[in-house]
Amino acid sequence: MNDTLLLQPETTAASTSKTVTALDEHIVEVLSDSGEGAQRCGQSLGAISARMGNGVWTVEIIPAEIQPPARSVEGASGNRVRIGACGITNGGDESDLAIAFNEQVLLGRLRAGEFKPGATILLESMWRGHSDPKIAASYLQTHQELVKAGYRVYEIPMERECLKLVQDARKGKNMFALGMLCSIYSRDMALAREQIALTFGKKNRSVIEANVKLLDAGFRWAEANLDFKYRIPAARPSVPQIVVNGNTAIALGVLASGMEVCAMYPITPATSASHYLSEVFEKVGGVVHQAEDEIAACAFAIGASYAGRCALTITSGPGFSLKQEGIGLAVMGEIPLVVVNVQRGGPSTGQPTKAEQGDLLSAMFGSHGDAPKVVMAPCSIEDCFYSIITARKIAETFNMVVVVLSDAALATSQQPFPRPQFSETWIAPPPDQGEIPPGARPYDWDEVTGLARRFVPGQPHGMHTLTGLAHDRSSHVAYDPQINQEAIRARSLKLAALAKTLKAPPLYGDPEGDLLVIGWGSTKGAIEEAVGALREQGHKVASMHLRFLQPLPPGIKEAMRRFRQVMTVEGNWCDDPADEIIDENNRRYSALAMLLRARYLVDVDCWSEVKGQPIKPGAIRRALIEKLKASRDPKDAMP
Amino acid sequence: MTHGSECLLRLYEERLELEDYQNGVPRWCNGCGDNAILAAVQRLCRDEGLRPEKTVFVSGIGCSSRFPHYMNTYGFHGIHGRALPIAQGVCLTRPDLKVFVNTGDGDCCSIGAGHWVHAVRYNMNIKLFLHDNQIYGLTKKQASPTSPAGTRSNTTPRGSYLEALNPLTVTLGVQNVSFVAQAADWIPELLYDIVKAAYRHKGFSFVRIIQRCPEFMPNQFDPWMHDPQRTMLLRHAQGITPSEGLARVYRNVREHDPSDLERARAVASCIDPVPVGILYRNEEVPCYEDLRRSTKMRTAAYVKAGLEAEFDKFTIWPEEARTPAAA
Ligand SMILES: Cc1ncc(C[n+]2csc(CCOP(=O)(O)OP(=O)(O)O)c2C)c(N)n1
Ligand code: SF4
Ligand SMILES: [Mg+2]
Repeated sequence: MNDTLLLQPETTAASTSKTVTALDEHIVEVLSDSGEGAQRCGQSLGAISARMGNGVWTVEIIPAEIQPPARSVEGASGNRVRIGACGITNGGDESDLAIAFNEQVLLGRLRAGEFKPGATILLESMWRGHSDPKIAASYLQTHQELVKAGYRVYEIPMERECLKLVQDARKGKNMFALGMLCSIYSRDMALAREQIALTFGKKNRSVIEANVKLLDAGFRWAEANLDFKYRIPAARPSVPQIVVNGNTAIALGVLASGMEVCAMYPITPATSASHYLSEVFEKVGGVVHQAEDEIAACAFAIGASYAGRCALTITSGPGFSLKQEGIGLAVMGEIPLVVVNVQRGGPSTGQPTKAEQGDLLSAMFGSHGDAPKVVMAPCSIEDCFYSIITARKIAETFNMVVVVLSDAALATSQQPFPRPQFSETWIAPPPDQGEIPPGARPYDWDEVTGLARRFVPGQPHGMHTLTGLAHDRSSHVAYDPQINQEAIRARSLKLAALAKTLKAPPLYGDPEGDLLVIGWGSTKGAIEEAVGALREQGHKVASMHLRFLQPLPPGIKEAMRRFRQVMTVEGNWCDDPADEIIDENNRRYSALAMLLRARYLVDVDCWSEVKGQPIKPGAIRRALIEKLKASRDPKDAMP
Repeated sequence: MTHGSECLLRLYEERLELEDYQNGVPRWCNGCGDNAILAAVQRLCRDEGLRPEKTVFVSGIGCSSRFPHYMNTYGFHGIHGRALPIAQGVCLTRPDLKVFVNTGDGDCCSIGAGHWVHAVRYNMNIKLFLHDNQIYGLTKKQASPTSPAGTRSNTTPRGSYLEALNPLTVTLGVQNVSFVAQAADWIPELLYDIVKAAYRHKGFSFVRIIQRCPEFMPNQFDPWMHDPQRTMLLRHAQGITPSEGLARVYRNVREHDPSDLERARAVASCIDPVPVGILYRNEEVPCYEDLRRSTKMRTAAYVKAGLEAEFDKFTIWPEEARTPAAA
């Protein structure tokens, strides 16, 4: 190829003889050593596709270490992009196509069973002739194994092609790969170039031009040399959409909620929310306070909330454990507080970068004594945004702690959602600094709802000492047993009062039938996809997704009654009844299943997976089919 | 950040009396040094004309942490060891409030030690009074980090094992330290002067008050009370100048310039005679809240503008609405 040609942006395909296969959807992975930019490549493909009007779900593939050795299995860094013709609500099943910058980064994904049988693999070919015979041998061996295992392997001289344009192919191969993917998926190249301009917007023109050249080169190379090409139909979006991951959505929710203080201590996978917030919060007058530890962060947020405006603390599992004493204080003092827990694998340090839904019960029952608090779980990226606004409102209306349970899956996934329309009601009015009327007390619990007016420092005649000790309506330390009884009742009633304002969660699927699946949090998209697939096969199934876990919304029992069986699907452990020593007496149920069983006296079963990966719709589908099959067997039927 | 509605016009100066700051009868033991600290602080509030509704006392857990209950101001009796971060949250968001912390030697120097070190570093405008009775009072006599080696307590019946931690040297060793003083509950005049100097300092004022616990450490400080020579009065034109009456009793006076950190550290290390007065003061250290607080009024329009600008960064526009900048 000659240079003059390279300078011209190209839109027409170099080879027109290829047949273009139409697809409903495809899942693509871009894998590299960290630092080679596979993340950016995948994200750009997602953004371009979203802009074309495809349904998109992208997930980051993050190595657990900061600088893993080059060409290592555990060092795989990249992005997984699911592109569909219409709405995509989750990461989907196994991948259809991968671009890998070396064979090692592929291996871990392969061993984890992340690729469909016969998937297409585009492999950087430079290693074949590497001067280190060990590397060359490893490459050859992996290549052979891949071919033998039935994968469609293409060796691509990405390095060689990039070196024609840049001196260091490590910086730029990702854009070459993006160009290839644009060809393979018939992406709109004008949009692709625009996307590069947006991504590198902060840098100078020459950076953008260099990257566009690489993009075009990749595109042309694929057009000329690959024998396949796909088209995923899309409808151009009619409304503006936001593309962010769950953590950024949470941070945007914080901005929108009018909260002013976020106190935090760094912890994966919550940190990226605080990073983004640190970047932008000050622009709306907010402060991110990095405290000396999670205990301090929680206490700081409590102090800020007490002083007038609801504050937020954000963390993940281990930090959430440390905050429990502070949370109990906020419950006792009836101080509004929003606690975001971006759940990760536990217990202990567990799996910091991996998804799990293991903290539901500690969120509900954490802290000693009777400490009623609200627990919510966003079920999509969009919901991450709105949940924070709702959480702030509830916290200040009911003077309660609201725990928002997101997880690592939402934190690192992107899904476009309609750009929110700002509403002034999202923001709290300034704290009341008016005089406290004579006779009013700081805990004048309402007989019916348990609610009391909140006193804020600065209000004349409101002076009292808030205390974590049991107290009466005047906030005097209570030694009288009757007062303690009354106070606990009031704090408990607030949950019931909130429950009265909640709506029954809608059913997805059949209004009645054989199986109702109940889920919470990040699994919504995958569960609904599985339910949809089963219904297409003629099964009478439905799902219900809970955004409020405490208090539970109304209508759950009524819905359960209309199905022969009920089962939860969750990302936290449950014992397998098929295990030798597991029986009805000792089986540990998943968190939500346990709650539903206890509350509604219904024999709710559960299926769960704790592999650290977002649960795939296919896995759920198989579990549901098993359940439906078993129930047809009379000896397994419900009593 | 939040701005409490300041009174626009005060038509007459309302003078508040001591009673206006008092609340109930303290439930400390007879002879407990906490009573003297309470009296000094209530006097301070009156003399400085603090508005009760604009004043917040934050404490942890311990006998000493009951302090806020006895003040007719706002109070926050929190959890063991965490008074400082709570007070910091209040201080950051409410520049119109005066924020104090009352804490014990267990509360501050043991369970809350991490927060203590960082509080010095943050240098927020908070006045801390460390009620140091060298013992855990509320939980009935266990050794504390400041108990002298050999202290017999319920958890150290044969005497405590370790050298006592010195709160003054620790504080003076932390970067950003801006005010350190030491007082003794049994010299009320000096206690008052020191508390006042702490109040008037802008930044984090750390005042260690040696506090008697007749219940669990009877006679612990008798040698110092009975022999004025064993008290080293720190005097300086920029610090505290003891009255003539006091100077007649306490003759062991040391000229000490509170701006001299090196000397302050040397003086702080001295345990017998015990230094009383201002060890260190530096008005130049920036306060964390001044570095962090926003001065903008957070109107809905202001928040909206910031939010829309962020949305813009992440928005995919439909074809026809695409912004020229992105095209
Ligand atoms: C997390 C926690 N651990 C332990 C306690 C029990 N506790 C209450 S006060 C206290 C020590 C108090 O000693 P100090 O801070 O010196 O205060 P004093 O009573 O001497 O004034 C302890 C250990 C508690 N309340 N909370
Ligand atoms: S036990 Fe000691 S510190 Fe506690 S109130 Fe009694 S004298 Fe004071
Ligand atoms: Mg003590």
